[in-house]
Amino acid sequence: MTDTATHLTGEKARIGAPSISGFTEEGENLSPLNAAEVSSPIGGDAVKAHSHGGGAGIPDSSRAGRKTSYNVEDFPVLTGREEDFRFTPLKRMGGLHKNELTGVAPALTVEGANVSTLETVAMTDARVGSAGIPEDRISANAWKHAAEAKIVTIPANSTGEQVTLTYTGTSLEAAASHMVVIAEANSESVVVIDHVGSAVLAQNIEFDIRQGAKLTVISLQAWAEEAIHASSHLAKVGKDAHLKHIAVTYGGNLVRMTPSAHFDGEGGEVELFGLYFADAGQHLEHRLFVDHATENCKSNVLYKGALQGKDAHTVWVGDVLIRKEAKGTNSYEANRNLVLTEGARADSVPNLEIETGLIDGAGHASTTGRFDDEHLFYLMSRGIDEKTARRLVVRGFLNEIVQQIRVPEIEERLAETIERELAATDS
Amino acid sequence: MSTLEIKDLHVSIETEQGNKEILKGVSLVIKTGETHAIMGPNGSGKSTLASTIAGHPRYTVTSGSITLDGADVLEMSVDERARAGMFLAMQYPVEVPGVSMTNFLRTAKTAIDGVAPKLRTWTKDVKTAMEALKIDAEFASRNVNEGFSGGEKKRVEILQLELFKPKFAILDETDSGLDVDALKVVSEGVNRAQEQNEMGTLLITHYTRILRYIKPDFVHVFVDGKIAEQGGAELADRLEEEGYDRFLNVPA
Repeated sequence: MTDTATHLTGEKARIGAPSISGFTEEGENLSPLNAAEVSSPIGGDAVKAHSHGGGAGIPDSSRAGRKTSYNVEDFPVLTGREEDFRFTPLKRMGGLHKNELTGVAPALTVEGANVSTLETVAMTDARVGSAGIPEDRISANAWKHAAEAKIVTIPANSTGEQVTLTYTGTSLEAAASHMVVIAEANSESVVVIDHVGSAVLAQNIEFDIRQGAKLTVISLQAWAEEAIHASSHLAKVGKDAHLKHIAVTYGGNLVRMTPSAHFDGEGGEVELFGLYFADAGQHLEHRLFVDHATENCKSNVLYKGALQGKDAHTVWVGDVLIRKEAKGTNSYEANRNLVLTEGARADSVPNLEIETGLIDGAGHASTTGRFDDEHLFYLMSRGIDEKTARRLVVRGFLNEIVQQIRVPEIEERLAETIERELAATDS
Repeated sequence: MSTLEIKDLHVSIETEQGNKEILKGVSLVIKTGETHAIMGPNGSGKSTLASTIAGHPRYTVTSGSITLDGADVLEMSVDERARAGMFLAMQYPVEVPGVSMTNFLRTAKTAIDGVAPKLRTWTKDVKTAMEALKIDAEFASRNVNEGFSGGEKKRVEILQLELFKPKFAILDETDSGLDVDALKVVSEGVNRAQEQNEMGTLLITHYTRILRYIKPDFVHVFVDGKIAEQGGAELADRLEEEGYDRFLNVPA
């Protein structure tokens, strides 16, 4: 009896003071860096020159507390235990997070530019950095090592421009590249960014979407199989501006994309779509961030992925932050995965932080389903052969994203790609 | 006229405790135009028979045969059986992610007939059949069975039965989980299919209430993986009154 009483007292004393190592009141603290030193540079209270931490009092578990900086030195050396790298196999990053990125960057070609312009400028150009600040170490490392920046400008009030920018990689030496896409006021355009060939590339692409502009970005990661790609997309969405961003990833050994959208005025709208198809051994990671810091903005996120083969791994993390000042926000994010075979793994983490109650709506969803023998039996029992059944399911599943593209050549190319991927499953 | 013949069928499944024999010698002959009811207590092997005819991989036929007009059904793959004219209305229809009902119905119809249905008449046929079964038009754009209630799933099974026009339909406890109104709607669908296509029906059920709407020509009582008694529609009435006790209490 005495024993029990003593034990209970002990339990009470522990309330509010968790004693399990690595756990905080908020739950598991995945990065020991955060636990070890409060004054760590990624800690919320570390605000340095050229850096924009969340400021004092914001916990590291909040996306608001995540460090941003143009200087790679402001980010600690990665260990893989950080919240935003915990799923990424750093050993397979080809040194993009730690090495000098001095390799030859993939060549950029442009097609279909009627009214838009492409310039090559120094990284010191005033337009570089106008739309974003790196949000992780790889992005900052790319910023440091980019030899030059490409600037694509879509002129104000122009409509119907559809420009294709193709990066063709030819070297596996770690390289960096930088691009700024400026959609001037009230312009309406489609920008396709295609990545083919082989590369080990850390990349930053800024999107400056000015007042009233409508920009559709289709970014295809269609690399050859040995490619390694860390791609940070940083978007600033102006007043009443609209960004539709579609990430399509199926090539490469490891692709880590971090699309990030920040509203710069009221009435902005962001749609982030994604489609990924991972085969045996591929690691395809998408981590997106929608930062609602102004009133009356809308965001909608939908990523869909299919996986097949041994050690195919996809990661989707969706951070949506609705700050105190973002009244009237309407936001939804969802991720859906379809696992086609044994041995594949899909991680899916929707994070929704809401700091004000005065919003129109906010929601999130995540599902990961298996195409299993019972589905197959059902479809086959209706006369449909196995191959057709599989195609039916995968095509139907991914079509929701494909039909968002609305560029016939790309939709066709994707349909062919999906066919090819499925043919690989059959064999 | 077609004939589905099941001869001395033995079926087992693999369990954690090893192989277990579920069907212990079932023989049955069904001709097109006939309705056979298979009744019996839970666990007697009724659903195993249904799944085995459709070719579910979980069930292993250890001996015996199933033939359709002399052709060896057991040699056929699951999809071949469907194309040969057999249809299983499932007890628990699965949800298939990513495939819309519209797309699914058209793909299946094309596979079964060998040619794509004419778009205009097909759309009309689907619409008419859905209306008759009181299925909301909105279901056509939803994914196969996704988010459907138990009753909705059963109606959609009968919708397929009406559209695919099989020679033989096996209805695996289609009546379970249906309220009286739904039971009536579903039964009417089965009767329509039978009239229009001269279909042979194997109706598997635990309860007699569906037999008020679908009149069986033959009733077979299943007990412990075998047919224990056979008769006409009057046998069902007797079961209604007496239950299955008299079969279960027979000393082994």
